[in-house]
Amino acid sequence: MTRPDTDSALSSESIEPLNIQTVGTSLPRVDGHAKVTGTATYAWEHDLRNPTYVYPLQSAIARGRVLRMDATQAESVDGVIAVLTPYNAARLADTGNAELAVLQSDEIAFRGQLIGAVVAETPETARHAASLVGVEYEQQPHDTELRADRPDLYRPDQVNPVFPTDSEEGDVEAALAAAAVTLDQTYSTPMEHNNPMEPHTCVSVWDNAGTGADGGPRLTQYDSTQGAHAVRKNIARLFELAPERVRVISPHVGGGFGSKGMPHAHNVLSALAARAVAGRPAKLALTRQQLFDLAGHRTPTVQRVRLGADADGRLTALCHEAVEHTSKVKEFAEQTAVASRLMYAAPNRRTTHRLALLDVPVNTWMRAPGECPGMFAAEVAMDELADACGLDPIELRAINEPESDPSTGKPWSHRRLVECLRTGARRFGWDRRAEAGTRREGDWLVGLGVASATYPSWAMPGSAAEIERTADGRYAVRIGAADLGTGTWTALSQIASDALECPFDAVHLEIGDTDLPPASVAGGSSGINSWGSTIVAAARAFRAEHGDNPAAGARTSSKTPENPDMKRYAVHSFGAQFAEVRVNADTGEVRVPRMLGVFAAGRIINPRTARSQFIGGMTMGISMALFEESVLDHGTGHVVNHDFAQYHVAANADVGDIEATWLDEPDPHANPMGAKGIGEIGIVGAPAAVVNAVHNATGIRVRDLPVTPDKLLRA
Amino acid sequence: MIPFDYSRATDARTAVATVMARPDAAFLAGGTNLVDHMKLGLASPELLVDVTRLPLDRIEELPDGGMRIGATVRNSDLAAHPLLRRRYPVLSQALLAGASGQLRNAATTAGNLLQRTRCGYFQDVTTPCNKREPGSGCAAVGGWNRHHAVLGASEHCLAVHPSDMAVAMSALDAVVIAMGAEGERRIPVREFHRLPGDTPERDTVLEHGELITAVELPPSPPGARSAYRKVRDRASFAFALISVAAVLETDGDRVRDARIAFGGVAHKPWRATRAEEALRGAAATEDAFRQAADAELGAAQLLPDNAFKVPMTRNTLAAVLRELATEERR
Repeated sequence: MTRPDTDSALSSESIEPLNIQTVGTSLPRVDGHAKVTGTATYAWEHDLRNPTYVYPLQSAIARGRVLRMDATQAESVDGVIAVLTPYNAARLADTGNAELAVLQSDEIAFRGQLIGAVVAETPETARHAASLVGVEYEQQPHDTELRADRPDLYRPDQVNPVFPTDSEEGDVEAALAAAAVTLDQTYSTPMEHNNPMEPHTCVSVWDNAGTGADGGPRLTQYDSTQGAHAVRKNIARLFELAPERVRVISPHVGGGFGSKGMPHAHNVLSALAARAVAGRPAKLALTRQQLFDLAGHRTPTVQRVRLGADADGRLTALCHEAVEHTSKVKEFAEQTAVASRLMYAAPNRRTTHRLALLDVPVNTWMRAPGECPGMFAAEVAMDELADACGLDPIELRAINEPESDPSTGKPWSHRRLVECLRTGARRFGWDRRAEAGTRREGDWLVGLGVASATYPSWAMPGSAAEIERTADGRYAVRIGAADLGTGTWTALSQIASDALECPFDAVHLEIGDTDLPPASVAGGSSGINSWGSTIVAAARAFRAEHGDNPAAGARTSSKTPENPDMKRYAVHSFGAQFAEVRVNADTGEVRVPRMLGVFAAGRIINPRTARSQFIGGMTMGISMALFEESVLDHGTGHVVNHDFAQYHVAANADVGDIEATWLDEPDPHANPMGAKGIGEIGIVGAPAAVVNAVHNATGIRVRDLPVTPDKLLRA
Repeated sequence: MIPFDYSRATDARTAVATVMARPDAAFLAGGTNLVDHMKLGLASPELLVDVTRLPLDRIEELPDGGMRIGATVRNSDLAAHPLLRRRYPVLSQALLAGASGQLRNAATTAGNLLQRTRCGYFQDVTTPCNKREPGSGCAAVGGWNRHHAVLGASEHCLAVHPSDMAVAMSALDAVVIAMGAEGERRIPVREFHRLPGDTPERDTVLEHGELITAVELPPSPPGARSAYRKVRDRASFAFALISVAAVLETDGDRVRDARIAFGGVAHKPWRATRAEEALRGAAATEDAFRQAADAELGAAQLLPDNAFKVPMTRNTLAAVLRELATEERR
């Protein structure tokens, strides 16, 4: 291990910092007025003439084949325009991505798979007619159950997005055998669904299908997506179009949490349906129930964590082995144990990932894939180890603080984990934490819990930004970025304002459209880093080329710059999560009256929108800790509780005094802004903090999420 | 959309005659359950008779000290009624424990009694369900049954009744007044909902076309205290895992009388008569409360996912009675 460069925290040799003026101020959302007045156009709401409506047909079996479909009755309903089936749908040019090979064969790989659609003059007609389509199946046995003892678990080639599947350093078994204190526990998290407020929506319009003056068709999709350019690239390939012939428009998105990171099957169905209605828009919005089949989910996990420590609590061995599922349709190997490669110093370490290949819908990114479920297990294990060592959980973490990144040996660009823990402890009143199971107020058992958080600072290549001086004396700033409700509209305008050294109001940002320069997907908390760096580069190039008083029409573009510091430093965000819980002694009900997150995520671009991101993540963490669980019925192969009455997310009454704060220091190695992403770290560690607080309140250690009241009942 | 006709009832008798004459007709009040069912394909009435303009929205005090609640009184209005809050806190608390503020503003007294189970299989037309489609089977038997019944279930149906209000009304010995072809009849709430047996498609004893016009509450005995406690996974907007409605009267340290109903444990609000019997005349102690719970729950039949309901109900009943007994001694 090498000592970090003593100056590394102060400056970078390769990055010129932004001259900070507007950045760091709590400007109100530039899209706020449009949203509260209902004029912000979400995918369903664009004013299009003469639309048609699409309702999907879904498989009622989990594996087998469609033998016959009878659409006679559906087609006879007044207002039905077309019924799509695997037998009459257009052939796609590329079926390499089986998730997107919609209606290309009669094979069924999971329950709820798309097997057709009705296109009609009204949404009600389409839905009614869909119920009249007769389907005959040849059913085959299906397999949807994840168990850690399955003999057919396999080792994927890599885990999301590009991590090695396993890691092995030193001799874990020998170190565990020799350790003064050991822990060996298994933790599990259930299947969970992203459930953004805005259901996945795609409206497709074909223009001049095959007969246009320029000789080819064009497709426009009004989509609810985290990456317009990613949708375009995928859809263009399927329909054998040059990418310029596909336009994706997505100015406002009502949440995604990863589930809108890539196009899903409904995007293709919408485009196929639009083909059947010659030039008319085909509008498709999934129902809440359909989201559970067609828009991705978080894999369930079973995680065995083994820790070995010396008598003082210094880790000698750390072993984190994750078992999870993937769909037979498309592999997604979640990087559940990867955060354990860098959190704490331990000379002997192992992480592994094994998958069960099941007849389930396609799983994909859900807020902090990997870090979120992985840090639940790892941080509860650390709490258990602190107990076993007789140490305060914060002290145990401080003792095991690594001087440099244990997985690469690189110096940290800016870690500050212990500072987050100690700051939080002071603010939260950690000194009032009592022995487990000893603090009672009336009928309620009260406890405090803590957990660490981390998230990597991803820099996505491949974006470009264009700056143009407009006739009104302002600056158009163009990049095909996405705002999922996170504050992109505002934060990128602030960055552009500082980069151009012009007033905030002089920036006219344009995002959410493939007619704009390409942008990477809003995923992995990479947006501000990737798009912000690109805008700064473009603004600097613009000033270099056109000076401080450019003529109207002056224009410059730049691509995402390389950041050499990403190769020299380990660039991650860190944080500390604190929770107070009350557990009813009679009923086992859990309430979370207080929560505090302290984060080290570099410079905060806009405290107002940042706070919202952080506490949003923490709220989702409470939700994961206490409520969220998609219940797969292994008999039918479907998620039974596929609506908001049954799949519980935290309601207002479940969220008490929740606060987020941050160590407001730029990370000079991250980018010119000194900022790191904040979309995901808010959820990481939050479930573990709640679960650790439940243990402190009750003395009961719950290792399988969610912590429902039945798990805390006393006789 | 499946086309349907809509008519607005102007008098109750005509409304009853209209619906009785057409098997495909249904009454519409708040619509918080029926409209969902129409969207989900569970119900497809061809005629909706809207009863919300009928003069059934009054809350009146009866000469004997009881109360009469009109069928279309909204849940929010009933919960907030000062006399109800004073005399029947158990009912006000139960109403406020249900649904959300928006739903309570729309939902009516009669509609609340008539709401159907939220069993996930019942609400999904792609799965078998004897309640929705008699003879098709019960998917909950081998499926997910965490929320299902531990008392009075049958092999044909494990569903639970979702209402909070009806549980409190059961403990209060409320009476449903229903108008049929031959005029009005009075049905105790305790007998209003059915156990599933081999006809789980029938939730209540009402005949098609009978219209609930009111619910009457008998006078509250002097000195009686009451409370409703709902246990649920999240703090609001969730159906009960289990719930307890209790009315307690004591003489010093002894129980004079207790009326108890459980929610979330059966196909109907479960009046816990065995527990009441065990309590009558017993010392008001934690042990007695728990023994009373055991007297009722001894008959429980447990499923893989719902065994927790027995200890949860026992603990909750003890907690509610403990609180009421303490309140009385103050």
